[in-house]
Amino acid sequence: MTTTSVTQTGRASDGAAGRVPAAPARRRPPGAASTWTAVGFAAPLLAYLAVFYAYPLWRNIDLSVHDYTVRAFVLGNPDFVGIEKYLEVFSSNAFPTALANTALFTIVSIAFQYAIGLGLAVFFHANFRLSNLLRALFLVPWLLPLIVSASTWAWMLNSDHGIVNSVVQAFGGEQINWLTSPDTALTSVIIANIWLGIPFNLVILHAGLQQIPAEVYEAASLDGASAWQQFWRITFPLLRPVSGITLLLGFIYTLKVVDVIWIMTTGGPGNASLTLAVWSYREAFGTGQPDFSPAAAIGNLLIVIALVFGFVHVRMQRSWEKS
Amino acid sequence: MKYRSPRPLARSAAAGVAAVSLVLAGACSSGDDTDADTFTWWDPYPQHAADSAWAERVNACGEAAGVTIDRTASDTTDLTNRALLAAQEGTSPDVILLDNPAVSTLADTEMLTTMDELGLDVSGVDENLLAAGVVDDQAYGIPIGANTLAIYYNADVLDAAGVDPASIVDWDSLTAALAQVTASGDKGITFAAIGTEEGSFQFLPWFWGAGADLRELDSPQAQAALELWTGWLDAGYAPNSVLTNSQNTTWEEFLTGEFAFAVNGTWQVNSAAEADFATGLVQIPGQDGGIAPAPTGGEFIIAPAQADTDRYDVTRQIVECMTTPEGFVETATTFAYYVPPTAEGQDALLAAEPDLEPWVAAVREAKGRTSDNLGTDYPKISEALWTAVQNALSGSASPADALAQAQADAEAALG
Repeated sequence: MTTTSVTQTGRASDGAAGRVPAAPARRRPPGAASTWTAVGFAAPLLAYLAVFYAYPLWRNIDLSVHDYTVRAFVLGNPDFVGIEKYLEVFSSNAFPTALANTALFTIVSIAFQYAIGLGLAVFFHANFRLSNLLRALFLVPWLLPLIVSASTWAWMLNSDHGIVNSVVQAFGGEQINWLTSPDTALTSVIIANIWLGIPFNLVILHAGLQQIPAEVYEAASLDGASAWQQFWRITFPLLRPVSGITLLLGFIYTLKVVDVIWIMTTGGPGNASLTLAVWSYREAFGTGQPDFSPAAAIGNLLIVIALVFGFVHVRMQRSWEKS
Repeated sequence: MKYRSPRPLARSAAAGVAAVSLVLAGACSSGDDTDADTFTWWDPYPQHAADSAWAERVNACGEAAGVTIDRTASDTTDLTNRALLAAQEGTSPDVILLDNPAVSTLADTEMLTTMDELGLDVSGVDENLLAAGVVDDQAYGIPIGANTLAIYYNADVLDAAGVDPASIVDWDSLTAALAQVTASGDKGITFAAIGTEEGSFQFLPWFWGAGADLRELDSPQAQAALELWTGWLDAGYAPNSVLTNSQNTTWEEFLTGEFAFAVNGTWQVNSAAEADFATGLVQIPGQDGGIAPAPTGGEFIIAPAQADTDRYDVTRQIVECMTTPEGFVETATTFAYYVPPTAEGQDALLAAEPDLEPWVAAVREAKGRTSDNLGTDYPKISEALWTAVQNALSGSASPADALAQAQADAEAALG
């Protein structure tokens, strides 16, 4: 038993080797063992981060600065081209369209998702009969597989047999080519995306509302504040941190939406509903010939945009905390 | 007290080792453990489950060669991507059945063996069908069957409008028939002009039927073909939904019985026979008559290169089993829509199923999308082409402008 401990302690502290094994633990530099323990416990997390975050990110950058043709991809011998792929993306005809569409798609989607989600959250906060059941029903868009909801939207908005057009025509309107006209394709996918995003906003904002103490409202009503005043003076300001994170998450999520647009219009007609994320997907997987390098370049651009807004969020939160 | 000091270290070491071994285990398990008696087979027919006639046929070919076949099915796009990834990691399967336009792309990566290397003779295969798998005079695969496009018609609708299908011999007579059908209150024609490869696939018979060439997307012939389509949409002969129609949606529209015509493929033969109305078939006409060359569809059987070249002997036997005349006919009848790619096979199929005669004729006239030595350039040209079709049909650009833009884009993409 004693010998075991000698060898072990000897290994543990190199400097102390050869000394009498009286109480070696006290002589070691303080904290060394606990540092190792910390590293040991962090190791699985670090390995996880390295494998699932650092490597894919590095690989994405690697893809974007090399010219990965299909041939080079398999043979593993792509030419290094530096920022050429980025320049190609920026100078492409599709870039201004995709950028403007991305901005419109994201901002309009989030504005409506947040406004409607907040309205519904306040509505359900009142806790009337069946409110839980109704609130659960509002979660349905979230629970449906995207392929189902997007296909259903595409079918409803069909130019010739869609239910939306049959209603429009029943009221004497003209046939609207929702998905097939360059003027309305983007609007159509935005409408579908708003519908998809409302439950997320509803759930988080509803949870945020529960955190606001009821006494504040009681005090306000004693002071004679109207419901409208209570909303703007109490609910909205106290909900600000929750709103901030909801908007940020919604922004990042909406920025990288591919599935809805791809299923409904594939970014078309032409490039009319092309966003950066859809463009990236189209380059990589949408044609018979995968073009991984420009796809990765567009992907990195999206990461940068999301990061910028993440920092903006952190800054704004700090300034709120100060005030 | 003595034991306490080493423990944190041991604990941290254990945690570290566990983490590292987890990562290693993950890395190792992706490695492939092929053994000599199991041959891997990938195909794009997930609709045919493990107990289907097709799976039995694949297994039988393995048994005949004295090995077990491990079959994995996934859809076409996924299959191409997975084949590329597997080639990069050196874990390619022994046999892949792959959609024909993708063959030249894979061949270009040097991941495929040539049929020469495998010791297979491809001289019996129809040249127009084999062409999609030929790069620099080397065949990288054998078509296991071919399909193509033609125009299905609804006989009830044509009767009601007084249109004789035999009168449709060129574009003018087809457009006249559409005018007659819509005048009698029915819908004209539906096709797929979606912004994917399917859109190009459906546009090509008209494009080639006008005499246009894929190297010159902005030619007057190409413009004539696109104007035919835009003209149909403007006149209301074709629905606006063609812009988002896949070939399956097109077929569903046709099955409603409201449409006189639908452009679709050999694979709908059974469904057409089961429709609630009488159907018939006319070939897609060229601009001034004759049968327009339609693009060939269908899978090639290909053999990715293996580190262990001893495996090729069995691979050859499996490929041979799939490509004998009897094998072709068996594949054709298993799928009900595949026309054999050899004259011998076609004769044998017609002996068994005389009704498929128009399809055999269409396949003989058909043309591979990657032929004319377009090879790996085709996907880029095709993308420019379907974008032009989308822009013109949606009214974003005139046919001439859309095609001029497409030509510029294709040239830029090809560098």
